[in-house]
Amino acid sequence: MSKETLHIELGRRYRFSASHRLHNSKLSDKENNRVYGKCNNPFGHGHNYTVEIRVSGKINRDTGMISNLADLDKFVNEKVIEPFDHRSLNEEVAEFRNTVPTTEILCIEIFKRLKTFPHAKLEAVRVVETSNNSFEYAGN
Amino acid sequence: MVYLTRKIEFSASHVYHNPTLSPRENKRIFGKCNNPHGHGHNYSLEVTVAGEPDPVTGMVLDLKELKEILEREVMQRMDHRHLNKEVPELKGQIPTCENIARVIWNLLDPKITQGKLHRVRLYENSDLFADCYRDGAGARV
Repeated sequence: MSKETLHIELGRRYRFSASHRLHNSKLSDKENNRVYGKCNNPFGHGHNYTVEIRVSGKINRDTGMISNLADLDKFVNEKVIEPFDHRSLNEEVAEFRNTVPTTEILCIEIFKRLKTFPHAKLEAVRVVETSNNSFEYAGN
Repeated sequence: MVYLTRKIEFSASHVYHNPTLSPRENKRIFGKCNNPHGHGHNYSLEVTVAGEPDPVTGMVLDLKELKEILEREVMQRMDHRHLNKEVPELKGQIPTCENIARVIWNLLDPKITQGKLHRVRLYENSDLFADCYRDGAGARV
């Protein structure tokens, strides 16, 4: 048996679908179109997002778990999935009223919402926007 | 530093039950996973080894050797087994993803002599996994 201390993380994936539009009101229409291309379409478009979160902590000897999955699922559902799923991110999530909901910014927002999880330490949030694009934020 | 990853899959059954807790508590904490007859998963294991490529072979370690280590240490012990009943390393532990990943780390770490074991990632299904690293290993690649 290895005597070294180990760092163990629990990873969990969730899914939601939402629409967004990439548009910065500080830029001209022409600039918006140049920067965001198709994503600037005024009617928006949507994605099936996958959110992968990783938490760390000690394994509880009684349960064998870093965090009870039911607690983690409930927290993530309340903080992220319910408010985002089948919504327009621009119109229905207050934090995106004045920011552009790129997946980078979305990733940071999800991290902020989940970092108060009381039963384990949030290590990272990874958001997969399409099978070709993913973004990860670890709070720094 | 180069990080090399090999994946294997195995199927096994398990049950979550802590004999020091009441049946009611077991049910509350473990839910369906407490079904006394057990249930099973197709586990997917990713093993990452870190090292510098050997100047002669160009390899961090020979994948054939890693494949043999994984066959001996993991497949023969866990594939098509009942984890609670047939894997002595898990005796007295709840065979959660976290605990199985830790047991696999402890089995593999002393056997990997070229390069250094960097990460063990064990998926119980595509939405649930545990990662195991050496404490203070730095990059979580």
